[in-house]
Amino acid sequence: MLRAIFVIFFFQLLGEALKKFFEMRIPGPVIGLILLLITLIFLKRFKTTIVNKLRNDVLSTSNYILSYLSLLFVPIGVGVVMHLSYLENNLFKVLVIVFISTILTIGLTAFLMEKINKRINKK
Amino acid sequence: MIEKDKLYSIWVYLQAEPLFWLTLTIGSYLVGDYLYKKSKLFPLVNPVAISILIISLVLINLDISYERYFDGAKFIHFMLGPATVALAIPIYKQFKLIQKEALCISVSLVIGSLFAIISTFALCEIFKIDDQVLFSMLPRSATAPIAMGVSDLIGGIPSLTAIITILTGIMGASFGTFALDFLKLKDMSARGFGLGLASHGIGTARAMSRNETAGVFAALALGLNGIATSILVPLLFKLLNLF
Repeated sequence: MLRAIFVIFFFQLLGEALKKFFEMRIPGPVIGLILLLITLIFLKRFKTTIVNKLRNDVLSTSNYILSYLSLLFVPIGVGVVMHLSYLENNLFKVLVIVFISTILTIGLTAFLMEKINKRINKK
Repeated sequence: MIEKDKLYSIWVYLQAEPLFWLTLTIGSYLVGDYLYKKSKLFPLVNPVAISILIISLVLINLDISYERYFDGAKFIHFMLGPATVALAIPIYKQFKLIQKEALCISVSLVIGSLFAIISTFALCEIFKIDDQVLFSMLPRSATAPIAMGVSDLIGGIPSLTAIITILTGIMGASFGTFALDFLKLKDMSARGFGLGLASHGIGTARAMSRNETAGVFAALALGLNGIATSILVPLLFKLLNLF
């Protein structure tokens, strides 16, 4: 577990460093995600016990962290509620816009993907 | 009377320490999660929304500033970064499926991302929203750090964008599945992709709690739409300025 946490933190650190170096607008953790993914795919060819052990360790620890993903949004979520007054008299309008646009985007995207998928699989 | 003073001094001591706010955060999340499971994973009983509500009520009633609360809760907040990196694992595990669906992933990504931005713009025009608030709303479907960066770039207010982005996540996680059920969509990868694209991390967390394939595609959409939004919003913004 500790080794896995080290690996994950290390990749985030790498991501933050690259972001700063290249002055990218993509957040450090997202760069870390991409780097870790590339590393995992690259390491697939190596079947040594050390690599296998480390990989399994990272896999199980990540699953554990991700099972609590929604908890991690609570602190900023509280900030949103406490700062809703920033929106002043726009609050109601903004809520309506966010509601309509988000629901439609989810529906449209999923609809497109399912239909295209069915088309491709039929061929 | 002396006892009341004593209790008060204990409270003054505890509320200044992170431990109290950490315990409250985890405790209220467990309450939310319990209700969510009791409701058989009914989307409106969202554990994030419930715990936010409980904590906000405590803070408002006890007159505690958000900064004081966050000073404790930041230890939980910190884990968001490592958890984002950890999303590489489910994507890695389903990499074959993702390769197979690469074409429809790209098409749905571009159209979905454009739709999120343009529909927000159109609705803001209909509701006569001020320009600065409008600019702050455009990147709202991207994950919060990306959305804030884009907002800053086009003349929005990053802190306002943060609020609107999180609202988007909660709305998508709470109501998104109703739209998916209404359209009778059954493909778990498509359902997850829609949730992650429109409502980033909070939508992804919701998808992950229901189904692994949905969670993977939500995580994928979250990453891809972060990148797409950071390219498309400034591009559309430039086009808009030409007219």
